[in-house]
Amino acid sequence: MSSGPERKEFEAAGKMKEVMGSYFRELAEGPKQGRKTAWCTSVGPAELLQALGFNVYFPENHGAMLGATRMAGDLIPLANARGFSPDICSYLTSDVGSYLKGESPLQKMKMAGPPKADVLVFNTNQCRDVKDWFQWYAREWHVPCLGIHTPRSIGEVAPSIVDDVARQTEALVEPLEGVAGRKLDPGKLEEVVDLSKQCTELWKAVLQTAANVPSPVTFFDGTTLMGPAVVLRGRQEAVDYYRVLLDELKRRVAAGVAAVEGERFRVYWEGMPIWGKLRPLAEQFLALGTCVVASTYCNSWIFEDLDPADPFRSMARAYSSIFICRSEDRKQQYIEEMVQTYQIDGILYHDSKTCPNNSNSRYGMPQRLEQKLKKPFVIVHGDLNDLRLYSEEQTRTNIEAFIEQLAER
Amino acid sequence: MQYFCGIDIGASAAKLVVVDENRKTIAKALRKSGVDYAEAAARCRDEALSAAGLAPGQVKASLATGYGRDNVPWVDGRMTEIACHGKGAHFHFPQRITVIDIGAQDSKLIHLDPAGRRTGFKMNRKCAAGTGAFLEEIAYRLDLPLSDLNGLAERAAGEVTLGSFCTVFAATEILEKIRAGVRVEEMVKGAFRSVVKRILEMDVIEGAMVVTGGVVAHNPFLGTLIAESFGTQALVPPEAQYVGAFGAALFAMEKDPTGDRPCS
Repeated sequence: MSSGPERKEFEAAGKMKEVMGSYFRELAEGPKQGRKTAWCTSVGPAELLQALGFNVYFPENHGAMLGATRMAGDLIPLANARGFSPDICSYLTSDVGSYLKGESPLQKMKMAGPPKADVLVFNTNQCRDVKDWFQWYAREWHVPCLGIHTPRSIGEVAPSIVDDVARQTEALVEPLEGVAGRKLDPGKLEEVVDLSKQCTELWKAVLQTAANVPSPVTFFDGTTLMGPAVVLRGRQEAVDYYRVLLDELKRRVAAGVAAVEGERFRVYWEGMPIWGKLRPLAEQFLALGTCVVASTYCNSWIFEDLDPADPFRSMARAYSSIFICRSEDRKQQYIEEMVQTYQIDGILYHDSKTCPNNSNSRYGMPQRLEQKLKKPFVIVHGDLNDLRLYSEEQTRTNIEAFIEQLAER
Repeated sequence: MQYFCGIDIGASAAKLVVVDENRKTIAKALRKSGVDYAEAAARCRDEALSAAGLAPGQVKASLATGYGRDNVPWVDGRMTEIACHGKGAHFHFPQRITVIDIGAQDSKLIHLDPAGRRTGFKMNRKCAAGTGAFLEEIAYRLDLPLSDLNGLAERAAGEVTLGSFCTVFAATEILEKIRAGVRVEEMVKGAFRSVVKRILEMDVIEGAMVVTGGVVAHNPFLGTLIAESFGTQALVPPEAQYVGAFGAALFAMEKDPTGDRPCS
């Protein structure tokens, strides 16, 4: 086989490594500097935790690293042996396995491993597993586990839902102040929400450059470029980094630079990344002249409703409006909009075995959307981290056959 | 006269077809894919060309498909088995069809419009249920040669029900049936029925139903059961095991395959 075309690296990736490296050093040094560490689910109330002065750590980011480094394969069974089923979230099982074995990709960054939590704060807007995950550590370390229980399958984000989630978020303040050893400064919270909103707007603008034909960026690029939007939202460093990245993307667009040379087809990726297979998948699409231009996953860190003038209610609205906790109808409508915006030729659904909440091919959505939009689809069966559930050969053939089908149209 | 070659390196068997410019099959070859796909492909080619009295230089274009498609160095192009099975089946039944291909390691349903354009497809999940591998496992459990399965299933008066999705658990169910003294032919028919059920739940049939692949070629009674379950006639093309290779030969003829997909 020829090596084929190569992925085009981003200049801004250097800055990203810098800000991510600095973030991880800060986490490692937190206890020495007397700073408390809060674990937060990736779509949890990060702004509140930042405003209370916590170092905020996101274990889902660690889960993704365990998948991308393919360490997960050795670690998941350790959690399985402790009673966590192989059918539940493989971020959870990878991460718990990592803790049990004392092995982490963070060790390559000269950290001992993930920082020990002083408090764990979840939002069930994604799934119940995040709560189970955090509760395991709460029992292990005898630290509090607090959270927000967001309704699921939400159609309209009605005021009653926003009121409820906002009240739950406000109710976290007092116990979190107790752990933090300081009072919440409302001005600081507004400032953090403002920075988070800036970050989210820039991240959205970054992703929207993919609406250009050819696209200057792929979904596979996005899965790494998004790191600061997840772990550093609410921080100036993230805003600065996304300004640099956006500027680079605008330059690419102006110069007609295609992320996939000779872009023939544009595909939407629905569902989780298959972290341990990002590179071969990116290379396969590249060789097929196909750009995966957009994804539900990368879009999931766009929180347009954030408003520094009304932090609690806007956080409640933003974090209850994310795709994953919406009704099937809303999800369908959302994907329809994406197909239009990004001029999509076909949709790939990743049915991720251990992540049912992020798998949207199980209730007839592909068939409904195909009928309505006349856009072909393919379903790839796999998993975010557990490669025992992934068949490389079947996936390769499925994707290749899908592109053949697009070429026949 | 110009000649074109299609080779389908499947998980179990390598199939090769040579057609002339009138799309007539003039030679074919079949052997186990084994552990060296390139070797299997070369031997198939040599055997077929020798039988047809052709020199390699007389083959204008060749195209490979199947699991081992990237391991055949001498072809001009490669396409997936989904494309090639669809192509081959539509040649025999030029109408709106759904192709059910049951292979050794995977099963697929392929939808084609009347013009032969693919409108959709499904492959089995990462599971051997509904494939030839399932029947191989059951034959092993029952200590039967694979070639006996079809005859046994056909003459069964009744059949057992195998409830498991999983091949291994289905084999365990077979052990229970053996212990209970169930007749062998009823167990074999139950195994056939299990394959059909896995196919039935994969997708819906649109248009006429065409059944291809080595498993059906060797077990035509499976086609009968599929027809019965779907409630429609099962069209079986000639040389059902070679349909993918035949489709590959047609693709080799119809276009410059290197134009669509980079070669190695």
